[in-house]
Amino acid sequence: MSTAMKRAVARVILAGAAVAALALPARAQQGLDEPFQAPFKAALAGKTVAYVPVAMNFDLTEGWFAGVKKELEPYGMKVIVRDPNWSTSAGAQAVTTLISEKPAAIIIHNPDVQTYAKLLQRAEKEGIFIIQINMGSVYRSSAFVGANWIEVGERAAEAVVKACEGKSGKVAIMQGALSAATSAYTLKGVENVLAKHSNIKVVSSQAADWDAAKAKAITQTVLKQNPDLCGIVGFWDGMDIGTAAAVKEAGLTGKVFLATSGGGERKGACELVKSGAFDLNLSYDVPIQAADMAAMIKWLLSSGAKPGDIKGSIYTTLIPITKDNADSSTACWNLSDLKK
Amino acid sequence: MALRRINQQGIVLGIFAVMFVAFTAFLPGFFTTANMLTLLQNVSVLGILGLAMAIVVIGRGIDISLIAVLAVPPGLVLQMVQDGSSLPVALSVALLLSLAFGLFNGWLIAYAEVPALFTTLASGLFLAGFGQAALFKLDVVQWSPGLQGFEWLGQGQLLGIPMPIIVFALACGLVAFLLRSTRPGAYIYAIGDNPNTARVTGVPTRPIIVLQFVLAALIGCFAGLVMAASVNSMPTRIFNSTMIYDVILVVVLGGIGLSGGRGGVLNVVIGTLLIGTMLNGMTIMDVSYSGQNLVKGVVLLVAVIADSFLNPRNEETAQQGDI
Repeated sequence: MSTAMKRAVARVILAGAAVAALALPARAQQGLDEPFQAPFKAALAGKTVAYVPVAMNFDLTEGWFAGVKKELEPYGMKVIVRDPNWSTSAGAQAVTTLISEKPAAIIIHNPDVQTYAKLLQRAEKEGIFIIQINMGSVYRSSAFVGANWIEVGERAAEAVVKACEGKSGKVAIMQGALSAATSAYTLKGVENVLAKHSNIKVVSSQAADWDAAKAKAITQTVLKQNPDLCGIVGFWDGMDIGTAAAVKEAGLTGKVFLATSGGGERKGACELVKSGAFDLNLSYDVPIQAADMAAMIKWLLSSGAKPGDIKGSIYTTLIPITKDNADSSTACWNLSDLKK
Repeated sequence: MALRRINQQGIVLGIFAVMFVAFTAFLPGFFTTANMLTLLQNVSVLGILGLAMAIVVIGRGIDISLIAVLAVPPGLVLQMVQDGSSLPVALSVALLLSLAFGLFNGWLIAYAEVPALFTTLASGLFLAGFGQAALFKLDVVQWSPGLQGFEWLGQGQLLGIPMPIIVFALACGLVAFLLRSTRPGAYIYAIGDNPNTARVTGVPTRPIIVLQFVLAALIGCFAGLVMAASVNSMPTRIFNSTMIYDVILVVVLGGIGLSGGRGGVLNVVIGTLLIGTMLNGMTIMDVSYSGQNLVKGVVLLVAVIADSFLNPRNEETAQQGDI
């Protein structure tokens, strides 16, 4: 094709487009049906999503529930909750009952990697989508939404290692409960980083059972033995309030770098970073996780896929909360706002 | 026979002494003033709860609901201040709640004659559930600016001694005075030794039982305030923990028999010191969690076995209601 001909063709196309543009407003007044929204609505309306956390009444699980409800209820979906209140057997029983009730999807917050695994597999066989939140089981279900605990451990440890440059190199690790896989995964992440830094010496690596009072007791003892400690890697902000209290009592706030992680609730995260209790709080933002779960449910139900056919993960992008952003309105969230 | 006179208290004191000397000799940094204060501070709350439990156990009762009183009324203080109440108002409400709770427990046990074990098991569940459902928004109740100054109770120092230790010492003094030098104290021992005899001789058994549970509830609430001030928050989930076993352990290990009428404040102090020394030493050695449980279990078994060897039970020494 010659250049002149190409130009001619281009002109014709342009002219055609101009005519079409003129004609379009007239057609738009009649409305144009979007062909996919009606089946989408039909796929969601009247369906039930069940939610089985390890327990209600704490920032993470309350936040997920409020967020998912907010997203799905406007589409005529019902979100129900079964609260096992820290009892693994009550949780397993709730899941078993739910399988016979056949909701469209179940959001599961596993207490450990094993207990629910067989049940979740059965549920997906029975046609129920399983969304696992923050704590996965060995069974990989349709979707996992949650923090990458290895990454949480690595980034917290990296921050502590950096803060320890030119100092004693002595660090302490405050683990959660030994039975919890989240704690074990985070520890693995910490180990990954520490293996690369031979100058860092771990003087204490203890489990405080997610308990602030125990964390405080352990930290106090460790600080008395090692007043030149330069950093602590904590595994959960709710527990590390105790760790921070011990650091403060020893008058070492600002000298001992405390990195922790949590769901980013304002009082538990931003306020404590602002007060200097935590130097770094890696937040797996709960409203974002809730939105991710809701999006997964919308997508799965409208896709027509069979439970168990496709499996994927949405690892939450971590928000590092430090003094720089603790004041911003987006770094943290309020439960009361989420419930509105 | 001299050996016969070594009772549970003596055995535990012995274990404590051996452990203490061993840690001092082999663990650099154990026997320093700073570490001793830390050791005591870390078990202060447990010790205060032990005192509350002792008052009840000496009177041949048991209070499983202590952890609920530890968690809920102090949690309410933090929550109310967070929601805008003033500290004195919040404190009064918490004290009233504890008082009402103690009265309720005591009434059920003394007048309705429901066994203490079942009463407090149920009432503790009730109080914890009530707190979770009606009082708190989240199970960790955070500190708020309105409580400024109150953290002194848990984090402050007086003459270089951390406040929780001072509070524990004061509580020991008060409870010792109550048990040894007042009439209600003597009555508690009498009831614990033999409730029927006590009643026949004219001891007002029912009001005294109510008094025991009210005191336990108030002391429990107080321990909770110290704990909250100490960790700048109230993790009300602590009700689900095994802390109540630790409290019973401190009491029984120290030598206050569950069958009642025996022991006193000294026993609680000994039991608390043993637990504190064990925890502190093992933390310094960085013993793993499972390792710590193993050691704790072995020490307890040794104490219990030694006691039953040295003081075998027979019809003469066994009491009615012995567990």
